[in-house]
Amino acid sequence: MKSNDLILQTTTRVTFFIIFLFSIHIFFAGHYTPGGGFVGGLLMASAIVLLLLAYDFKTVKEVLPFNYLAMTAIGMIVAVLTAAGAIVFNVPFFTHWYDYFDIPLLGETSIHTALFFDIGVYLVVVGITLTIIEMMGGDN
Amino acid sequence: MNMFLWIAVGAISVSLIGFLYRLMKGPSTPDRVIALDSMGVGLIALVGLFSILFDSPFFLEVILLLAIIAYIGTIAFSKFTEKGVIIENDRDANK
Repeated sequence: MKSNDLILQTTTRVTFFIIFLFSIHIFFAGHYTPGGGFVGGLLMASAIVLLLLAYDFKTVKEVLPFNYLAMTAIGMIVAVLTAAGAIVFNVPFFTHWYDYFDIPLLGETSIHTALFFDIGVYLVVVGITLTIIEMMGGDN
Repeated sequence: MNMFLWIAVGAISVSLIGFLYRLMKGPSTPDRVIALDSMGVGLIALVGLFSILFDSPFFLEVILLLAIIAYIGTIAFSKFTEKGVIIENDRDANK
């Protein structure tokens, strides 16, 4: 059956970036307001699910050529290394640390090591969600 | 002002009950899908009203989140009722 999803595909091209930016916002706002790595990761996964709904597995694989299982593994490694990094400085496992840095575009910004732990959580959530969806739907 | 907000909460709750009736009674699947989508909109309105009532801006992320999830869920449901498959493997292969 030949079908034409012109309206769905055109709206997806706009809404994908809105959801993507909202996911990034929720991720970085997680330190002071509700949000964080988990919700941000789920939103990113739902943005990719929206792409999958409007197009198909083959197209999305061409546009976003990620191995989601490897993404999960990298996120896990990042989280564990952030926690283990505290041991190098002779403090207990999982001790966090922050300081102020001069970042070119943003000016003086406080960077907390919890950010890197949250990046790990984000990658694990996106990877696991899309692995599950690929395994359930991508079989032919 | 507070009284007015509570009246609005009551009105939206009544409309949610109406949607729930259509969700349970709806003769066809599209009726139920549209009822669920409208319930999502009603819930968004309720979250906005409670955000004013509790005087807190922290619920505003929930509104956008609910809207996105309801949108994706409705698209998935309608694609399932139309094509029988939610995510296709290769759109160009089965012309």
